[in-house]
Amino acid sequence: MNNFSYVKVGSVSEARALREGNDHARYLAGGTNLIDLMKYKLESAGTLIDIHHIDENRTISSTEQGGLWLGAFVSNADTAYHPLVEQRYPLLSRAILAGASPQIRNMATNGGNLLQRTRCYYFYDASSPCNKREPGSGCPAIQGYNRNMAILGTSRHCIAVFPSDMCVALAALDATVVTQGPYGERRIPFHDFHRLPGETPEIDNNLQIGEIIVGIELPPEGFPEYHSYLKLRDRNSFAFALVSVATGLTLDNGVIAVARIALGGVAHKPWRIAEAEQFLVGKEPTREAFAGAADIILAGAVGYGFNTFKIELAKRAIIRNGMMALNPASQRPGAQPSLEP
Amino acid sequence: MAIHPSVGKPISRLEAKEKVTGAARYAGDYPVDGMLYGYIVNATITKGKILHIHADDVLNLPGVVTVISHENRLSLPWLDLKYADMDAPPGKVFKPLYDNEVKFNGQPIAMIVAETFEMARYAAFHLRVDYQAEEFRTNLGENMESARPPKVGLATSLKPPPPKDRGDFVTAFEHAAIKASGTFHHGTEHHNPIELFASTVVYEGDNTLTIYDKTQGTVNSQLYVANIFGLHYKDVRVISPYVGGAFGSGLRPQYQLFFAAMAALMLKRSVRVTLDRSQMFTFGHRPPTIQNTMFGSTTDGLIIALGHEAVAETSQFEDYTEVVVNWSNMLYPAQNVHTDYKLVPLDVYSPLDMRAPGGSTGMHAIESTIDELAYNAGIDPLEFRYINYANTDVSVGRPYSSKELKECFAQGAERFGWHKRSPAPRSMRRGNRLVGYGMATGIWEAMTAPARAKAILDKDGRLVVSSAITDIGTGTLTVMTQIAADEFGLPIDEVSFHYGDSKMPLAPIQGASWTVSTIGSAIKLACKALKEKILKKARTIEGSPLSHATLDDVAFVNGQITLIANPSTGVSLKDVIQKNQGRSIAATKLSVPNPLKLKKYSRAVHSAAFVEVEVDEELGVVNVTRAVTAVAAGTIINPKTARSQILGGMIWSISKALREETIPDHRYGKYVNPNLAEYHIPVHADIHDLDVIFVDEKDDIVNPLGTKGVGEIGLVGMPPAIANAIFHATGKRINSFPIHFESLM
Repeated sequence: MNNFSYVKVGSVSEARALREGNDHARYLAGGTNLIDLMKYKLESAGTLIDIHHIDENRTISSTEQGGLWLGAFVSNADTAYHPLVEQRYPLLSRAILAGASPQIRNMATNGGNLLQRTRCYYFYDASSPCNKREPGSGCPAIQGYNRNMAILGTSRHCIAVFPSDMCVALAALDATVVTQGPYGERRIPFHDFHRLPGETPEIDNNLQIGEIIVGIELPPEGFPEYHSYLKLRDRNSFAFALVSVATGLTLDNGVIAVARIALGGVAHKPWRIAEAEQFLVGKEPTREAFAGAADIILAGAVGYGFNTFKIELAKRAIIRNGMMALNPASQRPGAQPSLEP
Repeated sequence: MAIHPSVGKPISRLEAKEKVTGAARYAGDYPVDGMLYGYIVNATITKGKILHIHADDVLNLPGVVTVISHENRLSLPWLDLKYADMDAPPGKVFKPLYDNEVKFNGQPIAMIVAETFEMARYAAFHLRVDYQAEEFRTNLGENMESARPPKVGLATSLKPPPPKDRGDFVTAFEHAAIKASGTFHHGTEHHNPIELFASTVVYEGDNTLTIYDKTQGTVNSQLYVANIFGLHYKDVRVISPYVGGAFGSGLRPQYQLFFAAMAALMLKRSVRVTLDRSQMFTFGHRPPTIQNTMFGSTTDGLIIALGHEAVAETSQFEDYTEVVVNWSNMLYPAQNVHTDYKLVPLDVYSPLDMRAPGGSTGMHAIESTIDELAYNAGIDPLEFRYINYANTDVSVGRPYSSKELKECFAQGAERFGWHKRSPAPRSMRRGNRLVGYGMATGIWEAMTAPARAKAILDKDGRLVVSSAITDIGTGTLTVMTQIAADEFGLPIDEVSFHYGDSKMPLAPIQGASWTVSTIGSAIKLACKALKEKILKKARTIEGSPLSHATLDDVAFVNGQITLIANPSTGVSLKDVIQKNQGRSIAATKLSVPNPLKLKKYSRAVHSAAFVEVEVDEELGVVNVTRAVTAVAAGTIINPKTARSQILGGMIWSISKALREETIPDHRYGKYVNPNLAEYHIPVHADIHDLDVIFVDEKDDIVNPLGTKGVGEIGLVGMPPAIANAIFHATGKRINSFPIHFESLM
C-alpha cells in the first residue's frame, strides 16, 4: 500500500518543526491538486502534514499600509466573495471565479493555489518522458501535441504552462508572498515567486524546502475603477486557460496613469512586461495603444505548431481586455468576452 | 371508471428518486462479503511482445492475492467464435490475456487481485513489465493508401454496405451547373458515460456466478462469460438494473468483465473490477473518419449528382463498420449517385458504436455540403430541401413507412424564426458578435429486433411484465410500464416492469434506438396472450357474463374485464385469480418483426435542426445561443423522457461540433487527454436555449406500437446545423470537428 503518515497540526511553527529534516514530508492544505497527483503516483509523500486546520492565517484584513492581507489558509471561494476583495480588488475576485469549479474553489486555499502543478498532458502521463517529472528524460511536448503549452519564457527542456487564474491577477496587482521558513519570515515579490523552466523545469517556484506560505499581501492600489479579467478556453467553464489576461488601469484626465497587464496560459509563470506597461502611461486607452503594448509583450513569443495561434490570440486578448477594463460592468461571469465593443 | 391511457403522458422516471438519493445500486456498488478487488494493468507500448511480467515484485506486498496474466491464466479457448459477442464485427475478436502479443496501446495485459482496491491499484503501479516494442501505425491520415473495403459478416445485416452506384455520377457532376464539395475530418471520440465500467462477480460456489455488470445487454454478457469459460449459461446470471449512461460503450462486454470473471473462477472468490476514467479510453471509440463529398444541382436547385466517399479507422483484428455514406440518396432523390466506404486497419483497439454511429459522421458531411450547394445556387437552405424533398427512398426504390419531415421543417422553422434570417453570410450582428442561422436534416433508421417478454397477473391481481433488457438511463422502465398499463387499462402504479436480468425473457442489446419498438412490441404481444388466458379462465367462472366472449368483445379496464356491449357487466381480475385457486397466470411471447411486410418500405425517423450561433470573431469564441430540433418519430410513448433524449442529443451535438475530441499522439500511438478535465464535454455555461418539437406522425408499418426510436436522432442533424450557422455568421466553411476558436479568429 502507498503508506504515509498523516499529521494534523495546529500551528505554522508545529508544521515547520515536523517538516524539518523530513525530506519526504509534504504540506497538505486543500488537497485539490496534491491528492490527485498522489493517486496517479505523480507525487508521493512519506508524511502529509495537514495545515488546512491551522487557526492562524485564516483571515482577510486591511493592512496598516492601506493594502490587504490574504491569509494563506483562506479558501479561494471565501477570498473571491470577501467584501474587501470584491470592493477593492475586483480583478482578483473575477480571476478566482474564472478558475476551477465551485466545489474546488471551496476546498482550495490561497497558498495552495500558488503551488499547483502544470496540466501538461505529458507531465500527467507517467509512461511518457517529462523533464518536469523526471529531469533529463526529455520533453515530448515540444514536438508533440502542444496546443495548451507555453509561447513565452520556454526552454529546450520544458514548455509547460502554469495553470492558475488567481495568480495572473496577483501578478498584475503586484502582490507579495509572505512565508515562514528556516530563516524566519520572507517577503517574496510576486514576479520572483514562480520560475521559468530554464535548466531546472522540475522546480516550479522559489519556495525553499520546509518554507510555508502564510499569506499574500496586496498593495493599496487595486484598480477598482478600471479592470478586467478575460479567459479564453475550450469551454465556458471548468477548463484551463489557453490565454488569459488580467488588466488594471488608473486614468488621469483620460490618459493612462498606471497600467498593469499580466498574461496567463502562455508561460511557466504569470507573464508581465514592465516596458509594455510603461509604454501605455500617458496614452489614451485606445485599441491602438493596447495593440502597441501587446506587440511589446509578445515580442519574444515562439510557437511550437499546435500552439502558435496563441501568439495572435494573446495580442487580441490584450487589446480586448484593455477595452473591457474601461467598462468593468460589461464583464460577464466566467471571464467570458464582453458582449459590447 | 375508465383509466386514462398512460402512453403519450409525460411521466417522470419511476426510478428517479432512487437515482437522485443514491439508493440505486450500479455495477460497482453491490456489497459482497469477503470480496476481492482487481486493478488492471494496461500496456504502455502500442505494438510488440511482452517479454516478462515481474509479478514477484508485487506478490509479497501485503494484501496482494495474485497477479493474473497470460503466463498463469486459466485455460482459454482458441476458437475466436467463443469470444464473439452479439455486437462483434467481422474479424478475429480480441482475446484478452491470450498470449504475449500487444496489439494496441492500453491493452489490458495483467490484473492485480488484492484485498482492497487501493492495494490492487498500488501494486499495479509497481508492476514492472518488459516489452519488445515493434513498429506501429495509428495515424489514419498518413495511411490512406491502405484503405480497403470492409469484410462482410453477421453484423453487416444491421449495417448495410453502401448501395450500388446509380446513373452516371462522374458525367452528371461534371456537367452540373451548381457544385459543392468538401473534405471532412472527424477525430476519435470516447463515450465517457459518467458511470465507470465495473463488474462485481459473486462466486456462488461450484463455478456458478452472479454478475453485476455495466452493460447494455445482460444476455450478451452472460453468454460471453459462459462461452469463454466453458460454463453452462444457466450458471451465469448477469444483473444490471441501473446503468449510468453507456451511449454504445456497453454494447460489447468490456474487458473488466472478462478479468473479474476469470479471477473469480481462478480464486473461487467474489471479485470486483472497476476501470478508472483513463482506462475508459482503452477500448471502443468512435473512429476517426475522413470524407469527401461532391454534390451537383441544376440552377433551380434540383440535385442531380451525389458523390460521397468515406475512409474510417478500424483495428488490425476486426472490421468495425458504420453506415456513413448511405444517407444522402435516402434523403435526396438524385439519379446519379456514387458512394464508397473503406477502412484502414491500424494498431488501435476496435472502434465501437457511439451514439448515432456513422449517422452523425456522414450526415455532417452531407448536410454541410447541401448547405453549400444551396448557397452556391442562391437558394435558402430550407427552401433547397423542400425542392429536393423525397417521399420515397430512391436509393432502394421503396416508399417510406411514414415521413413527416416536411412538418418538422415547417414547425421547426416557425418556432425558431427562420424567416428572420438575412440570406448573406456575415449579414447579421448582435453587439460585437456575428450572428448565424443554420439548419440541417437528420435521419436515422427505425429498427425493430426480435425479443421475448413475459406478462404475469400475480396472485394480488397486479400486472408484472418482464424482459432481460437494460435501462441505460433512457427511461425504459417507465416507458415499458406505460405500455403494459395501457394493455390492461391499469394505472401505472398497479403495473411492475422487471428488467436488467439475464434470467428474464431474452432481449437483444440495448442500442440502435430500437428498445421501445422491440421490447414494447414484445410486451404488447405478451400482454395480449395473457389477456387471452385470463379471459379463458374468466369464462369458466360460474355465471360469468363473459362466458361466450372473445378478446374482441371485452375491455380490460381498471382491474375489470367488461363486455364492450354492456360495460356495466364484467369480472374482476381478482375473481379470475380466485378461480385459478389463487395462483398467478403467466404468458410469454416472442415478438418477431414481419420481414415480408417491412421489406416493402424504408423505415426512418427524421428531424430538422435549427441553430443560432454567435461568433466573437476577434477572439474566435463561438456560442450556440438557440437551437430547435423538430422530430418525426411516430408515436411518442413518453414526451418527457423522449424530450430528454433529444435534449441529450442536442447537447452532444454542441459537444461534437465544438468541444470533444480524443487527442492522439501518433509518435507513441496513444491518447494524451484520457480524463474529463482535458476531454472537454459541454458544461452548463455552454448550453443556452434548447427546444424540442415532436410532430404528429402515424405509422402502421414499423411495429404494432407505431414507434420509432429517439435515442440517436437528436445527434444527427444538429452538428451540421451548427457548422452551417457558423458559415452563415462568418462566411467560413469549417469541415473539421471540433471547431476550435483558432479556426474562427
